[in-house]
Amino acid sequence: MSMSEFFYMNGYAFYVWGSYGLALLVFLVEIAMVRNRRKQALRQLRLMNDDGEAA
Amino acid sequence: MTSRLSVFGLLGLVIKRDLLLAMRRRADVLTTLIFFVMVVSLFPLGVGPEPDMLRKMAGGVLWVAALLSSMLSLPRMFSADHIDGTLEQMMLAPQSLTVMVLGKIVAHWMLSGLPLVLIAPVLGLQFDMSAEAIWVLMLALLLGTPVLSMIGAVGAALTLGLRGGGVLVSLLVLPLTIPVLIFGAGAVEAVSGGMDAASNLSLLGAFLLFALVFSPFVASQALRISME
Amino acid sequence: MAINWFKYSAPSTFYGLAGKLTPWFAWPAAVLFAVGLYIGFFVAPTDAVQSEAYRIIFIHVPASILSMFLYLIMAGYAALGLIFKTRLSSMMASALAPTGALFAFISLWTGALWGKPMWGAWWVWDARLTSELILLFLYLGFIALQASIEDPRRADKASALLAIVGSVNVPIIYYSVQWWNTLHQGSTIKMTGTSMHVAMQQSMFTVLVACWLYAIAVGLSRVRSIILEREANTQWVKELPEVKQ
Repeated sequence: MSMSEFFYMNGYAFYVWGSYGLALLVFLVEIAMVRNRRKQALRQLRLMNDDGEAA
Repeated sequence: MTSRLSVFGLLGLVIKRDLLLAMRRRADVLTTLIFFVMVVSLFPLGVGPEPDMLRKMAGGVLWVAALLSSMLSLPRMFSADHIDGTLEQMMLAPQSLTVMVLGKIVAHWMLSGLPLVLIAPVLGLQFDMSAEAIWVLMLALLLGTPVLSMIGAVGAALTLGLRGGGVLVSLLVLPLTIPVLIFGAGAVEAVSGGMDAASNLSLLGAFLLFALVFSPFVASQALRISME
Repeated sequence: MAINWFKYSAPSTFYGLAGKLTPWFAWPAAVLFAVGLYIGFFVAPTDAVQSEAYRIIFIHVPASILSMFLYLIMAGYAALGLIFKTRLSSMMASALAPTGALFAFISLWTGALWGKPMWGAWWVWDARLTSELILLFLYLGFIALQASIEDPRRADKASALLAIVGSVNVPIIYYSVQWWNTLHQGSTIKMTGTSMHVAMQQSMFTVLVACWLYAIAVGLSRVRSIILEREANTQWVKELPEVKQ
């Protein structure tokens, strides 16, 4: 089986790769969201800490 | 004195009070009814006036419209009592909050569900339904609309006092009412298709009993959570 | 020994534990995804009827299973939080909700992409797809309710009650949708033949395990952020090295 044959999926390329592509995208977006949430939480906490020390 | 109130006495008292309050604001009750009539009347304008098609979709259209109009009055179920402090008094009262919530559900149904059941035959005629189908429709609505009020009470209690509570309550409650919709519309469809609606109606009856047992308690718990 | 369990039910100790555990779930998830899809694409044979299009099931079925189980697990955590007033359980429930909703979304999307070549339509009112759609609505209701309540304690309790009511309803909804579907003779996705090829089963199962590990890893790391947000005013959070730096 050649590379192009594999990606062609016997004519179903759009459906098969559309499915796996979206799944991969969802996973990556979710991981980015989780990372971003942690970054935001930590930034908020550092701000609060700085305020506390200044006061 | 009041502590000797029996359960049914308390229930009657709450229902009577809510009905009395509603009679002073009759416009609210009428709004729900007019909305129901309007939504149902819009469908033939949207899909065309062919009697065959209308007869086929009548059950589904009437049920979806009933679902939407019963959502309309849900945010009002507890909010007036919440604002004027009555709800807080109800919670502090020695009587069972569950019974009082049941009373409010019954009153809500009498004001928003029962009118729909009564007006449904007129709308059924608009859709060229047979007499038999109209009877089954009324029976199905009679069994199903109380369930909508009961599930709705839980949603209304959970969203009490929240910003945008009106839309939110529909978002929470509508998915939970899908079984009622399926069997309610299914009963009408069964009759128009020449079959027996008994299995649909008995399932609706089962939902009604199930909801009657659990929903007042769950709604009263939801109220306690929201009022803390 | 029972004390050990309770030790980790405190957010302060669980925060560290979750941080240590996350990579142990994340990396095996990545490896198993790769192995499962390798089996699915290179070992499993072409299906006689559905040709290559059937390969969508290797992600569709695990995503559907995950979306349903995660709802029940979420409701379970929420109920624990409501009954025993353990804050961490409620935090776990809200950490799992977005992941479950996303799996439901993947399941719907891949179902549509599978349906198009098989039935010739993007969306068919098949019993399973319809139930999946309703499940997504239930997730969205849970997330919306939690997002619109500002006091986290009320948000936890209110959404817990909603999740419990929802999970009691899930079987009723499922069976009524199935009943409705058989009445209207809708189509149902079925694998051709009676038995699936062993490699197909292996691939599906491996991806399923990978999805579980992924969900746990993401849930654990999300719950850490939730802990930080909720416990912002406590001393232990202020003394964390990542906060102090």
